[in-house]
Amino acid sequence: MSPALRAYQYNLLAYKRTWRGSLTTTFLYPVLYLAAIGVGLGHLIDHGSNKAVGGVPYLWFLAPGLLAGTAMQIGANESTFPVMAGIKWLKTYFAMLATPLEVTDVLYGHLLWILTRVTLASGVFLAVMTAFHTVPSAWAVAAFPAAVLTGAAFSAPVMAFSATRETDRSFVVLYRFGIVPLFLFSGTFFPVTQLPGWLQVVARCTPLYQGVSLCRGLVLGRPGGWDALGHAGYLLVMFAGGVLAARVSYRRRLVQ
Amino acid sequence: MQARRLTKCFGEFTAVDAVDFDIHVGEAFGFLGANGAGKTSTMRMIACLSPISGGTLQVLGLDPMRDGPQIRSRIGLVPQDDTLDLELTVRDNLYLYGRYFGLPKKQLRERVDELLEFARLTERADERVDPLSGGMRRRLTIARALVSSPSLVILDEPTTGLDPQARHLLWDRLYRLKREGVTLVITTHYMDEAEQLCDRLVVMDAGRIAAAGSPRELIEQWSTREVVELRFEAEGHQVHGDRLADLAERVEVLPDRLLLYTDEGDATLDAVRSRGASPIAALVRRSTLEDVFLHLTGRSLVD
Repeated sequence: MSPALRAYQYNLLAYKRTWRGSLTTTFLYPVLYLAAIGVGLGHLIDHGSNKAVGGVPYLWFLAPGLLAGTAMQIGANESTFPVMAGIKWLKTYFAMLATPLEVTDVLYGHLLWILTRVTLASGVFLAVMTAFHTVPSAWAVAAFPAAVLTGAAFSAPVMAFSATRETDRSFVVLYRFGIVPLFLFSGTFFPVTQLPGWLQVVARCTPLYQGVSLCRGLVLGRPGGWDALGHAGYLLVMFAGGVLAARVSYRRRLVQ
Repeated sequence: MQARRLTKCFGEFTAVDAVDFDIHVGEAFGFLGANGAGKTSTMRMIACLSPISGGTLQVLGLDPMRDGPQIRSRIGLVPQDDTLDLELTVRDNLYLYGRYFGLPKKQLRERVDELLEFARLTERADERVDPLSGGMRRRLTIARALVSSPSLVILDEPTTGLDPQARHLLWDRLYRLKREGVTLVITTHYMDEAEQLCDRLVVMDAGRIAAAGSPRELIEQWSTREVVELRFEAEGHQVHGDRLADLAERVEVLPDRLLLYTDEGDATLDAVRSRGASPIAALVRRSTLEDVFLHLTGRSLVD
């Protein structure tokens, strides 16, 4: 077994203890959001005009946006506090480094686990979406890897950031000024065309916008050719850049 | 293991300053020193956790800078702070650690049972680590370091913070390892621990090696065979110290007592009494490593 997979195995074993609670949350989260905002609020919106949301029911518009937004949140969540735990609270990283495992093994093992969590959450989310009848196209199958890619694009850079932090206070700042605004304004709940001109440009440049557009296009059966490739390319570059940055920050933090 | 002019710097600060030492297969070797003397930095370099800043170091005949994973696969590290996963069970902590070494599952399960027995934790095997006492956690950390049957075990302050019962149980386990031919490298600031466990040791002070040898040799070289401790009424210690200075090889005046370093404690005490000095308490004892240590590194607090 490769050394990174041995590090990965730690998370599997630790998850065995918490998987029930974790899976329940993973399942309830889309159910609650889709029911309250998609069905409840969407019902009011659909009484008006649905031109702005592309002529589909609001619930259809919202669901893929939430899918991408959820993938981002899981990717970011799992890359903050658990990384701090590995370095400071439980020191699991240091336990691993006293064995033949190397810094990159520790990093890749944890990253692989985060991607596993994003994959699980995205899969459950898509299943719930199907149950809510919000998946009109077979293209939606391709939204699964797209959502995972969105989560991945956030996880690696956030891991790189977390490994430079001394306390978890920075994570609150990251959420308040990073993750939450992205979640609200990247076209998740309403089209970015609703924003004033200059904010539209900003919104279109954000990473979550790429994930939301990609997932929405695929779920609604309008994959959108070059645009989609552009979104995917953006996310891939962000992931790769994050991995390189994390290699540097992990080494700096863990080898002294 | 061989170190020549081994150095570790953190920015401007030199934690380990050009130290030389050799550690032979099967011996128990100690690093003694106050907090901040450079013990842990030395340990971390030996365990290939921390790159060396200067000099040369060979561990198990290999180069830590190049062969880190290979060296670590043959050593067991007991770090100063436990790095146990408190939320996992005792058994899972051992099992996972073995997996980090790539040990096959079946063989590992048997090894874990042996180690649980060794650490006297069999009854707590399936409980979480969190509620365990400090002594139990320490035993678990040591058991964990042994999971890969290492030929070299590095223990960084293995018994700090433990009660006497827990310390003696740990010492007993370390003797057993030594008998099995495992090389032990131990840092400690407990002199009795060093005297009990170490065949040879070095005393570190401010990143340097102040003295080296077996506990017996160190005492012979740096102290006398015996020490007479005298306690007088009130503030008279300095005065008495001056009056009695010629009766011993060395006299040390402390705020509450007077230490006379001599080879014949009883004879010295008789001589003290024959001069009419009347201490309220007198004690003749053998010299210990602690006398050597305090002589070499001074009595003032380091930090």
